Amino acid sequence: MKTSPAHIVEVRVLLAVFAALIMLTVVTVAVSYFDLGAFNLVVAMSIATIKAALVAFWFMHLRYDSGLHAFIFLVGVAFLGFFLIITMLDAVTYHPAVQTWEQSK
Amino acid sequence: MTESHIPNMQEGNDGGPDAHLAHHFSSPAQQYDAARLGMWIFLMTEILFFGGLFCAYAVYRANNPQIFVDGHRFLDKPLGAANTVLLIFSSLTMALAVRAVQLGRRRWLVGLLAITILCGLAFLGVKAIEYKHKWDHRMVPGQARIAYWFSRGETSEPLKKFQPDEAYVKERLAQAGFEDLDQAEYDQRVKHLGTYMGIYFSLTGLHALHVVAGIVAISWILVGAVRDRFGSNYFTPVDLGGLYWHLVDMIWIYLFPLLYLIH
Repeated sequence: MKTSPAHIVEVRVLLAVFAALIMLTVVTVAVSYFDLGAFNLVVAMSIATIKAALVAFWFMHLRYDSGLHAFIFLVGVAFLGFFLIITMLDAVTYHPAVQTWEQSK
Repeated sequence: MTESHIPNMQEGNDGGPDAHLAHHFSSPAQQYDAARLGMWIFLMTEILFFGGLFCAYAVYRANNPQIFVDGHRFLDKPLGAANTVLLIFSSLTMALAVRAVQLGRRRWLVGLLAITILCGLAFLGVKAIEYKHKWDHRMVPGQARIAYWFSRGETSEPLKKFQPDEAYVKERLAQAGFEDLDQAEYDQRVKHLGTYMGIYFSLTGLHALHVVAGIVAISWILVGAVRDRFGSNYFTPVDLGGLYWHLVDMIWIYLFPLLYLIH
């Protein structure tokens, strides 16, 4: 049996992840000054997701950890995705009716 | 039977590898795995806890994108960016603290935990400055109700008195290129600002509560570290506290672009 199941991450790896996170923060702020149309949100969320993955896989040790932990975490993310999609389907479907009602007031 | 096989008989981390082993686990490794599994399940529920507010955000933004474009003009981008950097830095110091305890370096552990707590407090300080600014300009949700509470019925026109600060709103809109708005246009733009502010305060408020909880947890870990309760063979609380702190950082990583960086 393993006596210590924990992985010790090297300092230079942690510093590299930190540098990448700061760099991506600068990028996401810089990008926000340009209008990319429909891609504004896509770009901002993609950068945020890369940052979140860096935090999860290196700072939170998921990369070195039991796959079960990553699975649990991703199940949470997947269910959040389901909730968002199903709620949005409903909201978008009824939005024209709401607008008509607002204008008729 | 040697001393090290009697659980909880000795204080400190020099009580042998099994000093912290609860009797229902067969080994420290199994106990540590169980603790981490429990923590990850808790973190999953935290994602879903915030999920409700993210859903509200998505619905309001999809149906009223203009409110969000207007609303973000009243947030301070440099302060939001500063807070992002603070939280990312505190995540680094927390990850380094976990490494320090794994290697049994107590002085480093104490120092890094203290820096993490200070960064958390600085984050809350910046947040307080931002909240104060919004309160001063009456950029808060539910102005009418707040006015009603505070006027205790003495204000004849509570609704008007607690509308967002008109001069301030016009100044910010002018900076964004919307000058000389007539009253109808102005009213139209201000009408739903409270909705944006409601979402802003709910999301950042719930997040700030998590920062407070994280600071309390890490302070408790710091006390344990000062008392030499953790070492290379027992560091579960440091590890789990770190996981929680990183999750709080991760949620802010999404809140920052969603609230501050709208184009």
